[in-house]
Amino acid sequence: MRWEEEGMKQNAFIMGNKLMGSNPHAFSLIMPSIPITHTQTPYVTGTSVLGIKYKDGVLIAADTAGSYGSTTRYKSVERLRPIGQNTLVGATGEMSDFQTILQILDRLIITNAMFDDDNTLGPPDIHSYLNRVMYNQRNKLDPFWNTLMLGGVKNGVKYLGNVTMLGLHYVDDHVATGFGIHLAQPIFRNEWNEDMTLEQGTKLLEKCMLVLFYRDRSAINKMQIANITEDGVKISEPYALQTKWDYEAFSNPTVGNEGSW
Amino acid sequence: MSSIGTGYDLSVTTFSPDGRVFQIEYANKAIDNSGTVVGIKCKDGVVLGVEKLIPSKMLLEGSNRRIHAVHKHAGMAVAGLAADGRQIVGRARSEASQYLSFYGEDIPIKELCDRVAHYVHLCTLYWWLRPFGSAAILGGYDRDGPQLYMIEPSGVAYRYFGAAVGKGRQAAKTAIEKLKLLEMTCREGIIAVAKIIYEVHDEAKDKAFELELSWVCDESNKQHQRVPADLLEEAKVAAKAAKDALDEDEGMDAD
Repeated sequence: MRWEEEGMKQNAFIMGNKLMGSNPHAFSLIMPSIPITHTQTPYVTGTSVLGIKYKDGVLIAADTAGSYGSTTRYKSVERLRPIGQNTLVGATGEMSDFQTILQILDRLIITNAMFDDDNTLGPPDIHSYLNRVMYNQRNKLDPFWNTLMLGGVKNGVKYLGNVTMLGLHYVDDHVATGFGIHLAQPIFRNEWNEDMTLEQGTKLLEKCMLVLFYRDRSAINKMQIANITEDGVKISEPYALQTKWDYEAFSNPTVGNEGSW
Repeated sequence: MSSIGTGYDLSVTTFSPDGRVFQIEYANKAIDNSGTVVGIKCKDGVVLGVEKLIPSKMLLEGSNRRIHAVHKHAGMAVAGLAADGRQIVGRARSEASQYLSFYGEDIPIKELCDRVAHYVHLCTLYWWLRPFGSAAILGGYDRDGPQLYMIEPSGVAYRYFGAAVGKGRQAAKTAIEKLKLLEMTCREGIIAVAKIIYEVHDEAKDKAFELELSWVCDESNKQHQRVPADLLEEAKVAAKAAKDALDEDEGMDAD
């Protein structure tokens, strides 16, 4: 039970403090039998993020749900955020870790701006930085429980990639996180092409978001799409997709199999 | 009035019989020898300008910046010993960054000024430290609007609507007093500051100088930034023209 875990951690901490003072590392070197543990379970989570490159830039979509286990607790969570002028970050997983990451990135952008040398951080730079942050946290056995998607356009170069909580990072023409990997990426592989227009790209993303809404229990029908072009980042207001529930099979579900659900 | 503080000027922890701390006064002398730094608070923002004296032709244009961004919404122009100035700016930056991490909002300019002044004052309290040989003119824009402060080596910091330090400060202050700052926008302020700096620059004693201008105003989205290149050029042209006109007048008077 979670409460018991907490109790044990507290006892370990108190004992550790009494024996070795408040430096946790000193304690673990001498007595490895009571290890330092970090939170390994996420609490408020966001589900999939989808991203594709299109003719003029990058499109990234995510819904606005923050689930607390099986409950859809928060329905207006902004999981897509602009970083600097040219980049957008989207997050799956623990939302509090995402907020911390946003603060870290904010500090990075400000520090860079203070050099005042007409040099701004672009998507590849932020990608590399996030990768380092995630990997180093993982090495401390205290990961940020997120899969982050990064997209942007700078100097005509379109960029789209992911960073996982293990610190794995990669780029591609179309990426997804969470359930999107299993439900949306196959659709991308079939239907994506390099010269999609904004309308075509939006349609493709909406199609995949609809599939996710039907099939992913943590998804809700309230999503945002972000469009990143050379001119900057534009995140849409949240909107809902048209859904269809009046299938015949739904009206009489137990036909041919009486007695089932 | 400069007096020799024989015996009472060896340490910053010694008062003279007439209640002065000579080391701090000597620190001010370091600033008096540096290029003029001017700051004005206009209707919609703050403009900072520096007469950056160029000691050698080998220096790359635009290097050795004297105006530094402290945070998104604030900037500092330093006069006096450049290395001391960098320390002060570094401290201001870390105070601003820490405040943001702790309180989740940008540091109010008054608070930033207080912290920097506190730090500068600290270095006048111990015999193993020396006072900073630089003054910082801090300009920023927060919830209470645009504000201009100046922090001196003694650790005092006042809020100003117009401030100047360095070689040409007397002439600069006179010129600032003539300006109608309450009605001036930053666009006009840039031209005014450029004119003042060109005016106080002593052609005879110091050869070349570079003008550095920065602003925080509504037009720059309340962010501190170097004045855009085209506006900087405009200001330089106007200032040069004004200076030439002034020289002509003086030439005529000489006849």
